[in-house]
Amino acid sequence: MTTTKVGGQEYALSDIRIVDLSQTISGPFCTKLLADFGAEVIKVEPPEGDPSRAMGPFPGDVPHPEKSGVFLHLNTNKLGVTLNVKTASGQKILRELVRDADLLVEGFHPGMMEHWGLGYEELEAINPKLVMLSISNFGQWGPYRDYQLSELVLYALGGTLHHTGLAEREPVKMALTVIQFQMGQVAAIAAMAGVLVARGQGIGQQIDFSMFEAQAGTIDRGAINILTSAFNDRQPSILRSGPMIFRTIQPNGIYPCEDGYVQIQSGRPDWFLRFLKTVGHEELLQDPRYQPFPDSIYRMDLKDEVEAITFEWCLQHTKWECQELAQANEWPVTAVSTMEDLFADPNFRGRNFFVEVDHPVAGKLEYPGAPALPAETPWRAGRAPLLGEHNREVYCDRLGYSLPDLAHLRAQGVI
Amino acid sequence: MAAPRLPLEGVRILDFTIVWAGPSGTVFLGDLGAELIRVESLQHPDVNTRGQVRIPKAALEGSAGGQFPHGDPGPRPWERSAGFQYSGRNKVSMTLDLERPSGIEIFLRLVQKSDVVFSNYAAGTLEKLKLTYPVLREANPKIIMVYFPGFGLSGPYKYFKGFGSNMEALAGLTALRGYTDMDVTANGAVFQADAAAGAMAAFLTLMALHYRNRTGKGQFIEMSQAETTLHHLSQAWFEYAMNRRVLGPMGNRDLYAAPQGVYQCQGDDNWVAITIENDEMWERFCGVIGRPELAHDPRFSDAVSRYRNQEELDPIIAAWTADQGHYQVMEILQGKGTTAGAVISHREIFDDPHLQARGFFKQLEVPGVGFFPHAGPVYKMSKTPLKEPRRAPTLGEHNEYVYKTILGYSDAEYEELVRDQHIGDTYVELLPKAKTGEVAR
Repeated sequence: MTTTKVGGQEYALSDIRIVDLSQTISGPFCTKLLADFGAEVIKVEPPEGDPSRAMGPFPGDVPHPEKSGVFLHLNTNKLGVTLNVKTASGQKILRELVRDADLLVEGFHPGMMEHWGLGYEELEAINPKLVMLSISNFGQWGPYRDYQLSELVLYALGGTLHHTGLAEREPVKMALTVIQFQMGQVAAIAAMAGVLVARGQGIGQQIDFSMFEAQAGTIDRGAINILTSAFNDRQPSILRSGPMIFRTIQPNGIYPCEDGYVQIQSGRPDWFLRFLKTVGHEELLQDPRYQPFPDSIYRMDLKDEVEAITFEWCLQHTKWECQELAQANEWPVTAVSTMEDLFADPNFRGRNFFVEVDHPVAGKLEYPGAPALPAETPWRAGRAPLLGEHNREVYCDRLGYSLPDLAHLRAQGVI
Repeated sequence: MAAPRLPLEGVRILDFTIVWAGPSGTVFLGDLGAELIRVESLQHPDVNTRGQVRIPKAALEGSAGGQFPHGDPGPRPWERSAGFQYSGRNKVSMTLDLERPSGIEIFLRLVQKSDVVFSNYAAGTLEKLKLTYPVLREANPKIIMVYFPGFGLSGPYKYFKGFGSNMEALAGLTALRGYTDMDVTANGAVFQADAAAGAMAAFLTLMALHYRNRTGKGQFIEMSQAETTLHHLSQAWFEYAMNRRVLGPMGNRDLYAAPQGVYQCQGDDNWVAITIENDEMWERFCGVIGRPELAHDPRFSDAVSRYRNQEELDPIIAAWTADQGHYQVMEILQGKGTTAGAVISHREIFDDPHLQARGFFKQLEVPGVGFFPHAGPVYKMSKTPLKEPRRAPTLGEHNEYVYKTILGYSDAEYEELVRDQHIGDTYVELLPKAKTGEVAR
């Protein structure tokens, strides 16, 4: 697992050593991105395991700490050790672990690391070049510092939930735990920034990553909508108005078709021609009501007519036919895929995006694969560690503990 | 010890991007101090990024007007739209016409002086321009190129046209969100795939810079926006991979905790989001809402019952939130260790005490109009400063700097490029026709 070269190629991040105390989704996704591109990540779990080991899905719906889909996905290519950082012995071992680490990632409640004697200042004294990435709900300080978050509450506070859904109903959230994944995605930027500074300038430091701010600033329509609101005496342009973002007659939104749904995105005003061509109604432009074009796309009295044409055309075709016919004219229409569709999708499959990963307990499963293909520095498929799988390798081989020491630590509930 | 420098000080990135995934991705790198040169064209207005060149009056009557300060696009609307005013932060703008060999030559000279080319143009665009990686590498053997069209550079969808909404539909996200009692056609647009892809590409850029610092080698990185998005849908993917079960929208419910929902509060369109994560939190919550007996009600007393019966709980919770403020409910519940948050609208987010205390908003100017608060950088480094944000550039604002200072063109050469309409500050289609004819070559 610590190979740095593959087929003559080197991993981009093979010289980065990470100690990862983070749990559940955001932090582990951040370090997964780094691990899959070659960083060494020592995942430090409490003796009972990362809580995500208890999050589903599980094969056959039977929970098992080594079979959680989320855990298996988020912890690929990591070394797994157990350590109770609430104990003095655990804290001592953690200090030993960070001595030659480049990056420490933690997601504890602000103040906990200091409480355990593991605050940045203490760790800096051990390793001045250490980057400590602290991912927290609201940042290390500020009025909401001690507030708690869930996926829904995170989406709510950042401002985007209010603008998602239908005007006459309650706002409705994003899919699954997408926001927490996005937080991990953005945190990986912060992690790399810290490492670049440490390597380039010899400076270690703490990075205060606030999920609240990252949500407000980096989620789909957030940053633009904040500005439209600032521009217009706090009347944001994107409201909870369903598919009608812009008031034009261009088809826009999700439409039913013969076997499912398609996503149509309106795009530039002149792309109305691509729509007309695809649905075989180019003659409409001869109609004086559609002149002058493209200004006529704002004539809302034509909306019903255009919608009727769109619905009729969609319902006469499958989602795949809609997609193919529209894309032939560069009209941005795509199928709304389910996971079943994706499993068989000729593009994802054709690009070999899915990789089969074998795991000693969970067995063989297909995982989402390389999110990018760097020509020089490969991505690697790998598996998540078993709970405490690498205790011996890390504690004995690297830190010099003996096997009897490990037995002692285990009896004490430290590992 | 010398004062800490910006993390990407001295790194020059060509921002060759469109719409949102690309332009928002480089924002992360600009905050870290990279010099971002936005490559623009007078011949081909980038209406998907800067907005339309002409805004018909009828458009302003609809919601499109909202993208401009005070609803006014002004005489140069492409220098006022909210999308670009945000995503143009910390960028410099230069112009050239890539459809002429002389434009390609300028671009390649720029590549020689740069570290990274960052692009999310649709697959095929760069091929047509013959600006593929081998060509760039010939100009600069150490160049890094991060190229992330919607669906990557192979496969049947390679040349598909689409926006974030299209990528996320094909990646499975769209079918997983929305109201549970309506079909997905009720879903409003979100563009999360853009946000995910931009952040991934920014990360990949930093990774490639790290590798180049170590080895001296640049490289080409291909990325698919749709594939990045699929990584964010872990639970649905593995539910299918493991159990051949297709998940659908869950409304505002959580995968793991109950009850969870969005409840109406006092006022017009005010809401609060609440998640009860475990038995202890449930018991505290029942006390706070003055219904302690519910903690022991067999319909709700354990996690499974609450999950199954949360529909029954909705009206009970809504009755308690209805006559209180949304911020008030958040404060009361969070004060009792219960997960709740005001559904903050973009009307009121500027007043949020936490964001204010942490200095989240940055005032940036729209030239000739005024200063407005923007969403700022999203994390803080304890020793290294992040770049103090600078407003989005006007079209071609930094041509002199780019052509003369970076590329070393003489004054005479510069003037010739102005006459050739590589360099300018106004789209060619807006210039008087006769003048255009005169200079055409």
